[in-house]
Amino acid sequence: MAYKIVTQTCTACGACELECPNAAIRLKNDTYVIDPNLCSECEGHFDTPQCAEICPVPATCIPAPV
Amino acid sequence: MSAPLIPIAGLSVSSREEMGAALQQGGCSKSSCGSSAGPADMDPATWAKVKDHPCYSEEAHHYFARMHVAVAPACNIQCNYCNRKFDCANESRPGVVSERLTPEQAARKVLAVAAEVPQLSVLGIAGPGDAAYDWRKTRATFAQVAERLPDIKLCLSSNGLALPDHVEEIVAMNIDHVTITINAIDPEIGAQIVPWIFYQGKRRTGIEAATILRDRQLQALEMLTEKGVLVKVNSVLIPGINDDHLIEVNKAVKARGAFLHNIMPLISDPAHGTHFGLTGQRGPTAAELKKVQDACAGGANLMRHCRQCRADAVGLLGEDRGQEFTLDKLPEVIEDAPEARDAYRAWVAEERKDRAAAAEHADAAAAATEAPTLFAVCTRGSGRINLHFGKATEFQIYEADADGIRFVGHRRADNYCLGGYGDEDRMGEIIRVLADVPYVLCQKIGEGPRASLAKYGIEAIDSLGEDYIETAIAAVLQSRAARAAKRA
Repeated sequence: MAYKIVTQTCTACGACELECPNAAIRLKNDTYVIDPNLCSECEGHFDTPQCAEICPVPATCIPAPV
Repeated sequence: MSAPLIPIAGLSVSSREEMGAALQQGGCSKSSCGSSAGPADMDPATWAKVKDHPCYSEEAHHYFARMHVAVAPACNIQCNYCNRKFDCANESRPGVVSERLTPEQAARKVLAVAAEVPQLSVLGIAGPGDAAYDWRKTRATFAQVAERLPDIKLCLSSNGLALPDHVEEIVAMNIDHVTITINAIDPEIGAQIVPWIFYQGKRRTGIEAATILRDRQLQALEMLTEKGVLVKVNSVLIPGINDDHLIEVNKAVKARGAFLHNIMPLISDPAHGTHFGLTGQRGPTAAELKKVQDACAGGANLMRHCRQCRADAVGLLGEDRGQEFTLDKLPEVIEDAPEARDAYRAWVAEERKDRAAAAEHADAAAAATEAPTLFAVCTRGSGRINLHFGKATEFQIYEADADGIRFVGHRRADNYCLGGYGDEDRMGEIIRVLADVPYVLCQKIGEGPRASLAKYGIEAIDSLGEDYIETAIAAVLQSRAARAAKRA
């Protein structure tokens, strides 16, 4: 259970990194990536995944296919 | 885009005349943001804060340069006029940048510009996201610059949502200029401009979002002014949405101590990919903008010299030398030249006295003017008519009436995304933006353009040397009065 960032549409603003309660997001080669091992979809912290709440581009922070 | 400012080698100047000559050759530039008030109109402490800040003092914008560093890409709200994906070197509008910098890279860039551009007095962080939301990067940048360049003023620009959380640190870091963008006080109107905000772990929309945003903005304004920080409020004029409402915004921010209110026109084009661009929301005409600004006169002081610069702009207001200072062009070793900035500031102090005296004299001459008259001035800075008509990408508009001569705004004569426009189109654009302006004052003008202007009743005057703007306007008014007297 984790979220992922769609590289093609990500503007690399880094807002998701600021909001992630698990420090699961980092910049890698000019694009942000979510570490699926650290991502909890914010369970236990917030009602909704914070990266998807703050992301300014539609459909760019999305659930990763299982 | 523009000619270099004073080269560092040329700074061993021994006299004001020499410095003036050096400036003319290099060409400093046009104006941009601030209060039109001079030292006579404000208390000494406030004047000391704004006198070198081109955005906070209309007077200072003739002399001093600012730079923005794009270290803060993250934002906590969405505005219908913003699309931060856009990135074009020829675009000039807020939120647009060519390269993002880490705080370390930004500090290096500031050092390099300070060493090259003695006019530099201010470092601002205005995004491209929100400087207060992306606070760690903003703070790290300011801390590094303050350590190396203690004479450079720091300022930041924010939507206000995160601002109350950082007021203490802002004050502690001596950031004594803060700009908050407030487009509406009424949440019904605010909701038409800001579709959502992110606040306390949740995306919020509609009236709820607009209400929280408004409350946080006004709270930040009150907290900052109470601490003695000068706050400028920016409002984007969006015809049909907040044009009649901005007078309420003006009253609200004045009551809470805002130093300046800057009403800027919406920049909107489908090519920008913004919500307003795509829905066909238009920006205001120059006349509509002036009407709203005039309606707000008497409230909070209005800033009329804003150039709506990019989040990585470098130079005097109205110019952008950002492309000269991209990361790949920064020298390996940067030697600061604080003595060049000191020499320049000393020159400005003397020049200012002269210009103030000339303006006072000119005001007296203008007092005989019957109807208010507008003048379009071509200048590259220093408060003088010192730019060729053909090189002007904008005109500074001055108004003369019985109360004297004052700057009332600027009008752009280029398409703001340069290129793709022929000379003929440009002339048509100039005639359109100067429709209500009978006089153009410039250093020189060709016979072709002079005749084109004359056809539309605009007289171009290039016989006044490189005089101070106010002195030249007074001379035109006097000769007009003398002609009228002769006819009578």
